[in-house]
Amino acid sequence: MEKDNVPQDQSNLTKNNVKELLYATDENGNYTTTLSTGWEPKTIALSNSIDEINERIADAKQQVLNGESSPIVYFMEVNKMDLTILSSYVGFWKWRVKRHFKPSVFATLSDKILKKYADTFEISIEELKNSITK
Amino acid sequence: MELTFTHHQSAHCENGVASNLLKNSGLNISEPMVFGIGSGLFFVYLPFIKVNYAPAISYRTLPGQIFNKVANRLNLKIKRQKFSSVSNANKALDENLKNNIPTGLQVGVYNLSYFPDEYRFHFNAHNLVVYGKTETEYLVSDPVMETVTTLTHEEMDKVRFAKGAFAPRGQMYYPIQIPNNVDLKSAIIKGIKNTCRDMLAPMPIVGVRGIKFVSKRIRKWPLKHGTRKANHYLAQMVRMQEEIGTGGGGFRFIYAAFLQEASVILGNEELKELSKEMTQIGDSWRDFAVEASRIYKNRSAKEDAYNTIADELLDIANREEIFFKKLKKAIS
Repeated sequence: MEKDNVPQDQSNLTKNNVKELLYATDENGNYTTTLSTGWEPKTIALSNSIDEINERIADAKQQVLNGESSPIVYFMEVNKMDLTILSSYVGFWKWRVKRHFKPSVFATLSDKILKKYADTFEISIEELKNSITK
Repeated sequence: MELTFTHHQSAHCENGVASNLLKNSGLNISEPMVFGIGSGLFFVYLPFIKVNYAPAISYRTLPGQIFNKVANRLNLKIKRQKFSSVSNANKALDENLKNNIPTGLQVGVYNLSYFPDEYRFHFNAHNLVVYGKTETEYLVSDPVMETVTTLTHEEMDKVRFAKGAFAPRGQMYYPIQIPNNVDLKSAIIKGIKNTCRDMLAPMPIVGVRGIKFVSKRIRKWPLKHGTRKANHYLAQMVRMQEEIGTGGGGFRFIYAAFLQEASVILGNEELKELSKEMTQIGDSWRDFAVEASRIYKNRSAKEDAYNTIADELLDIANREEIFFKKLKKAIS
């Protein structure tokens, strides 16, 4: 890639005034570094991923409202986690976390266990229990 | 407390931290040089591991390996420490700062408050340097940022003890011994040989064969997984290839810059030609990203479109196969 062809597109970086460094060749074909504000194909890829996450959050919310999942599922998605990551943050086996996804099991959880989830999501136990259905 | 430390922005965090720490200790070594000697260029496809709900694809070696290989090949000594408790980790870091040692840290990205929100996801193999501390904050040189920045003490605890894959467990590292004269030539040759071996490895999911494997899989994605998932997989692949850290084209441009620098040090004209060839291959990776983005932008998945980009990928793989065979010859 030649230095003059390094893309300077609008991106999610622009509004934060962050630029990334790229390696490109100068007019003599020698390598140099240059800054880029962003590149459209990348911006689309990123917004595709963000849409994907938002859809997952909306789906999870609906499942909680339908009584198919516990609020843990919703907050896991909000925090961009998956089962593996959540289980290592709360310190429970994956199968145990998966059980807590069931509303019937969630209803019986002690405050001690709920607190681990609440702390991980940086919310209160009260919010974890009731904030979606309210 | 603030130590003298010169911040240089780099494309990739691990090379950048290594290069910045070594420069700070008097060994002037560029980012591409670190990447090349440390054999950072790689390709691996791990369909059975999911990252952000898509198969894992990596264009680089495992975290930590680049700096370790550089240290090995240049006879540097690096101290690495991991911790089980937050307070011990803090004590060790503060002790280092007191002793005037800027310190590299492995951290999780999710709680790096100075990153744009969209980039804060659960990825634990990021690297930065801490070069000072105030009452409330740590002074941070993050090599992918243009200038130095800060993290509060609480944020520092969180990023050092992020959980999940590659959990950093407070890991810190710093050079403790650097010889006066380093043998760059032999280190460069070892680095190149290692990369050729990786990229030409006789394993289906690694190197050139890995790229071919992905090309085959891409053709099946829309039928097997449906449009939405196929597009998501493709977008993830482009992100791995182009997102902050690769310097563009899945590290190919950094590698080309390394070959150019190496050709001067070794007095090897052939490497200069190969550097140009690598640049062209990098351009093809960029074209691949453009074509891929057209697919997931339109949210359509004509099988045709997937076949077209699979062909492009296969062509890149074939060219890289020839390239690394030539490269192997050029230094033997």
